Amino acid sequence: MKINLKVWRQANTQSKGDFKDYTVNEVSEDMSFLEMFDVLNEELVRKGEEPVAFDHDCREGICGMCSMYINGRAHGPEQGTTTCQLHMRHFKDGETVVVEPWRAQAFPVLKDLVVDRSAFDRIIQSGGFISVNTGNAVDANSLPVPKHNAELSFDAAACIGCGACVAACKNASAMLFVSAKVSQLALLPQGQPERYNRVQAMVHQMDLEGFGNCTNTGACEAECPKEISISNIARMNRDFMVAKIAE
Amino acid sequence: MSLDSKIPEGPLAEKWTRYKATIPLVNPANKRHIEVIVVGSGLAGASAAASLAEMGYKVKVFCFQDSPRRAHSIAAQGGINAAKNYSNDGDSVFRLFYDTIKGGDYRSREANVHRLAEVSTAIIDQCVAQGVPFAREYGGLLDNRSFGGVQVSRTFYARGQTGQQLLLGAYSALSRQIGKKQVQMYNRHEMLEVVTIDGKARGIIARDLVSGKLERHFGHAVVLASGGYGNVFFLSTNAMGSNATAAWKAYKKGAFFGNPCFTQIHPTCIPVSGDHQSKLTLMSESLRNDGRIWVPKKQNDPRKGVDIPEDERDYYLERRYPAYGNLVPRDIASRAAKERCDAGYGVGASKMAVYLDFSDAIQRLGKDVIAARYGNLFEMYEKITGENPYERPMRIYPAVHYTMGGLWVDYNLMTTVEGLYATGECNFSDHGANRLGASALMQGLADGYFVLPITIGAFLSKDIRTKAIPTDHPAFAEAEQAVQNQINRLMNVKGTETVDHFHKQLGKVMWEYCGMGRNAEGLKKGQGMVREIREAFWKNVRIPGTADSLNPELEKALRVADYLELGELMIADALNRNESCGGHFREEYQDEGGEALRNDDEYTYVAAWEFKGDNQAPELHKEKLIFENVKLVQRSYK
Ligand SMILES: Cc1cc2nc3c(=O)[nH]c(=O)nc-3n(C[C@H](O)[C@H](O)[C@H](O)COP(=O)(O)OP(=O)(O)OC[C@H]3O[C@@H](n4cnc5c(N)ncnc54)[C@H](O)[C@@H]3O)c2cc1C
Ligand code: FES
Repeated sequence: MKINLKVWRQANTQSKGDFKDYTVNEVSEDMSFLEMFDVLNEELVRKGEEPVAFDHDCREGICGMCSMYINGRAHGPEQGTTTCQLHMRHFKDGETVVVEPWRAQAFPVLKDLVVDRSAFDRIIQSGGFISVNTGNAVDANSLPVPKHNAELSFDAAACIGCGACVAACKNASAMLFVSAKVSQLALLPQGQPERYNRVQAMVHQMDLEGFGNCTNTGACEAECPKEISISNIARMNRDFMVAKIAE
Repeated sequence: MSLDSKIPEGPLAEKWTRYKATIPLVNPANKRHIEVIVVGSGLAGASAAASLAEMGYKVKVFCFQDSPRRAHSIAAQGGINAAKNYSNDGDSVFRLFYDTIKGGDYRSREANVHRLAEVSTAIIDQCVAQGVPFAREYGGLLDNRSFGGVQVSRTFYARGQTGQQLLLGAYSALSRQIGKKQVQMYNRHEMLEVVTIDGKARGIIARDLVSGKLERHFGHAVVLASGGYGNVFFLSTNAMGSNATAAWKAYKKGAFFGNPCFTQIHPTCIPVSGDHQSKLTLMSESLRNDGRIWVPKKQNDPRKGVDIPEDERDYYLERRYPAYGNLVPRDIASRAAKERCDAGYGVGASKMAVYLDFSDAIQRLGKDVIAARYGNLFEMYEKITGENPYERPMRIYPAVHYTMGGLWVDYNLMTTVEGLYATGECNFSDHGANRLGASALMQGLADGYFVLPITIGAFLSKDIRTKAIPTDHPAFAEAEQAVQNQINRLMNVKGTETVDHFHKQLGKVMWEYCGMGRNAEGLKKGQGMVREIREAFWKNVRIPGTADSLNPELEKALRVADYLELGELMIADALNRNESCGGHFREEYQDEGGEALRNDDEYTYVAAWEFKGDNQAPELHKEKLIFENVKLVQRSYK
């Protein structure tokens, strides 16, 4: 099939970008969305033009590197799917597809579809961990965890840090990302000693990075490729209140 | 130069404990002045960096992704082994050691493997303490499962995302140290050269992938944790960016390369669907616990899998290996699939696939149980192929997955360049000629948390008087110039073909002649072809854009230039090893039943290759492997 593309091109952070039109012929429905971009880029290189820069690595939906905003949706039309796992069988022959980078003040564009998400790393650095040095651990089975809590903790831990939640939110809020890490650790006995300091430190850093506020529209949950639940935000808010009161 | 593996004296089970106690310590005041460079933030790199920083060293970490959390380790699905014996099924450190040596077809070092089995238990403790949400039973204790090639349940797992959860654990420990400014993190940086001064590794040259600028970084020691080189084959289950560059540059600076031809082809991957294919997706080996593998009994059978009656199906693994059936080790399962397809029994449009069928298991256990065990894998399969594996058998085919070969290291994990270390998949050390499932994660974390941070003291304790060397030292200038020259040369080819064009060609040759089955004639032919592709690449590659900006084509070209050299070394190594062992199957060396024939008299050694200059034959060094605690037998899974 044939796909018409409108792709955001931007030379670097400083420059102004705009859309450019391309047509990719001979798209097979077994191709992934990124493989369609590979075909486009091969053609551009052969023509002597600069290929479209985009982030990707695992192409298995787990590293969180790919990040395209497709037809107005983070990672495109399929529920629970990263861009790299989106296949062309979900598009129609002759369709026009608009592709943009994540748009958020905290995620500046580096080039074309590549953005800088290091703000997420800094939030984790501010407290998204359990302080345990190598060699200090007790036997793993001396810390039983109720299966239900372990499962909930896992659900939150499945976040891949791609930033789709921020891109999908009209306020560019990072609450789903932050609350997923806060919840994962708050649900485990190991996470208790630092529970309230952690949530405060992470929320503080989140604010410093320039992410917007959460107004409960739920777009983040709807667009999250790992379907992280918005109930994590409620859990984080509770912990944050408790921490405030204790102050 | 002769190879000294530095294996400590004493009985096998006491070597590590005794040796650890003799390594000189570096006092905390001195650690503050010692800088260590770690290239790679996967399991091996992140765990080492965090641990070194906790001990008080100043650490710099490099990765090419936009965040250390995205290293390729994140993609591991199935699990991690440890000799905890929580299942009470007779497991022990010795049994894990023995299984690993046997699974590796007796081509790994006893002392290293035993140490790995010893520290395996502490890894699980450490990860749980970090908050890694492993699977649990209703009593709240940790759950285990069994994994290909062994008969005990010692694999810890976190749904189908074990690598992700372990890596996020290591990443959190690393992040804590970055927050404390004990680690300086360099994302989107690619190391392109090792800097040596007076024969010791003292730093690296890295390219900032956003600005394109070359940077010089000093370290008292350099640790490479840069992963495996499976992408030589173009199509593999590795991430797109996984590459050999760090290891290859180290090789050219004097680090020997161990057993480069030992590659693992994983039996259960989604088959190639067309020329556009950019990578292959693994379906976890755990599927073989319940899925049955078969092909039609009739050649070129045009019918759909579901339409073929039971008595016209050939469950060839169960037929050939009644004792292990579908659970034979990876190398055996892969070769058996290739054998059937080559003989004309393959299925699907390409006929290069076999069925992995869950209908029996669904009947026996119910769809819910199967969904609970493998739901996410089934979903992934359906996303990629558009077919529903609950209703029709999956199609699978082997794909390149892991490289057992890598930089040669001694017991301290130091390469033949003093002060240059290699950990994780980047080194050759623990898996011999074939790796058992769930053992790579174990090795990466063993190296990073519990081995390297201690053994590196043997080198650094002698170095406490060495001041940081300023990076205007001529050795840095020279190394940077070498990188700059290579980049200029690439940019100036100004040919007509894309980087991928050459990479795909190389991959085809490697897969055809140095893949699952190898023979002398084919290998020689492949060698010539790799040389031709390399020449064509340097004459005709086209890289648009500039070198001083974000330029993914240039990044790929730098990596492919190295693959084109490494591919030739892999072939040379495969030609040299006139035996079949583990993942290395030389067609000339098999018995009447088609099983691999080892040659223990002549090849019980590690082949360590020394670089002798461009376009010159590398020199082979042999590290004799001595087995004092296991008896070498022909592996039998019948
Ligand atoms: C799909 C899949 C599933 C797997 N499942 C399992 C499993 O269930 N159990 C198991 O035990 N093993 C499994 N493995 C194998 C295992 O995941 C890997 O062997 C292991 O994670 C490698 O870890 P590592 O730390 O050595 O390297 P990696 O995780 O590959 O990390 C390499 C790091 O080096 C960096 N790097 C590389 N080159 C450079 C450079 N030149 N400059 C700067 N940085 C660089 C990268 O950015 C990255 O941070 C699986 C592998 C695959 C592909
Ligand atoms: S490329 Fe890794 S999640 Fe898409």
